[in-house]
Amino acid sequence: MAQNVFLSDKNQAQPQQTKSYKDSGYGWFLIPGISIFLLLIVLPFVSNIGISFTKWQGIGAPEWIGLANYQRAMGDAVFWASFKNNLLLIIAMTIIPTIIGLLLAVILYDFISQRLGTGWASFLRAGFYLPQIVPIVVAAIVWKWIFQPDWGVLNSLLTAIGLEAWTQNWLGNARTALPSVMLMLVWFQIGYPLVIFMSGLQRVDPQVYEAAKIDGANWFQTLIHITVYMIKPEIAVVVLTTTIAALKTFGPIYAMTSGGPGNATTVASYFAWKNFFEISNVGYGATMATVLTLIVLLMTFFFIRAQNQQEED
Amino acid sequence: MTAHTSTEVSVKNNRSDALIRYGALLALLIFLLLMLLPFFMITINSFKTESEYLANGPFSLPSGFDLEAINTTWALTDYSTKLINSLLISSSTALLAVTLSLFNAFALGIGRIRGRTFFLLFFLMAIALPPESLAYPLYYLFNQIDLYNTRLSIILITAALHTAFGTYLLSSVFRTFNQDILESARLDGCNKLQLLLRIVIPLSWPTLSVLFVFFFIWTWNDFFLPLIFLISNDNQTVPIAMALARGERGMVITTQSAAAFLGVFPAFIFFLLFQRTLTKGIMSGSSK
Repeated sequence: MAQNVFLSDKNQAQPQQTKSYKDSGYGWFLIPGISIFLLLIVLPFVSNIGISFTKWQGIGAPEWIGLANYQRAMGDAVFWASFKNNLLLIIAMTIIPTIIGLLLAVILYDFISQRLGTGWASFLRAGFYLPQIVPIVVAAIVWKWIFQPDWGVLNSLLTAIGLEAWTQNWLGNARTALPSVMLMLVWFQIGYPLVIFMSGLQRVDPQVYEAAKIDGANWFQTLIHITVYMIKPEIAVVVLTTTIAALKTFGPIYAMTSGGPGNATTVASYFAWKNFFEISNVGYGATMATVLTLIVLLMTFFFIRAQNQQEED
Repeated sequence: MTAHTSTEVSVKNNRSDALIRYGALLALLIFLLLMLLPFFMITINSFKTESEYLANGPFSLPSGFDLEAINTTWALTDYSTKLINSLLISSSTALLAVTLSLFNAFALGIGRIRGRTFFLLFFLMAIALPPESLAYPLYYLFNQIDLYNTRLSIILITAALHTAFGTYLLSSVFRTFNQDILESARLDGCNKLQLLLRIVIPLSWPTLSVLFVFFFIWTWNDFFLPLIFLISNDNQTVPIAMALARGERGMVITTQSAAAFLGVFPAFIFFLLFQRTLTKGIMSGSSK
């Protein structure tokens, strides 16, 4: 939702620091926040990295095994399958929704908001956003029900239109399970880029479009060269936040497929959870969690750096 | 003559313009209907009996308003308890997270204490942090202090995670706080606590309430950590209960639909209640 903190606020007016106050006493207010933060975030974070270098069942003393877990991961087909599936989820949560969201935003802005009034545009925007307000795991439950092999909505629909041969156990078949989850995620995600892009479009000066029209630019050229260019910061934020969300996906996999059939839909988060709480391979689970965290934090770091550099230019 | 032609062209343009306009509207409305179809399906099928579903399939409208599926699922999942848990956990978490964020941001945004860039970067990284990397050590820690499987455990953890976001957002809002007001409060001999309580909180109330709504809804929707930390029935939240309902005995196609419906319904209520706040909040990052 409002992960827009990643949208830079550098361009807002810096308050004039007329005097530098020798103000002490503010530091005290950090104490509750920082204490909780150290105890519940920093300490567990560091511990998790430590655990990843051990063999541990969760009871007794962890046994230090150095990098053995990481070596094991490199040769583990399920480890790689998890990340491969995460990449596919990035297609479902980032790439497809960003493209559809961009097209919808432009159509809503161009054809509806400008010519039929903002009422229609707001109504449609709210409608497309609706899946986003539901807990993602509940959205997964809705779709699991739709994909039911017996009597499910999708199979009933296919039967009704004469495509009975296409009916199948969508989530129980290794070939269709992940695409089915991806379909649900696309449906769930579309509203997010749409809303962000529509607010970004309000910044764009309509005169730029007029000028492009006079210069003979067609609709598609305008979309690519003006719209996409102008809302680049919003696109970057959507891509970053949804990619992180895709890498962290857990609930939909838990609720729809439990990673199965076999390991067809397992993802990094589910793999870590399973190692922690199902098979008590705590050290190995921590390894997966550490790798995942490293990827996410590096992405965030480079994004922020790129954004800062762009502003300095 | 020239004038005549140009009018003709513009009439033609207007006509094709209108065609495109209403064509686009129609296409969007059809797409919207498709998008909302899943919600419509679970709504109509939660109010059918199982035999009616099996006889007429999912697409027929319910012949009556049968509450059997809803009632069965409600009882099976102990839905009233789950609603109370979700409300309690989400509001306590939101309140704690807003308070902690406010204190942090007061020091970093208003107080501009030394090292604030470091702190802000620290919080920014924490926003992106996957909870997977905290889950097991937290599980172990809360077991040690006998708080595992309590609502308090998830309130504390979730509040800490949300505080990262809140601190970052509020600090940047507070940076633009009217310096004259702060200055005159100082001259009037306001101490720091009075400054916070009498000046900063009242003036930033709208932002704080938006933040509260966000935290409330995020906590309500949360799944990964609550699944780990709330294992007994008395503690669980709505999303957890609905995800686990499937495994219960006696779940049939209509009760499964009802479980989805009961999961969706509170979210729709929040949407209606908070729609303005939420859309305003979504813009808050970019409009600045």
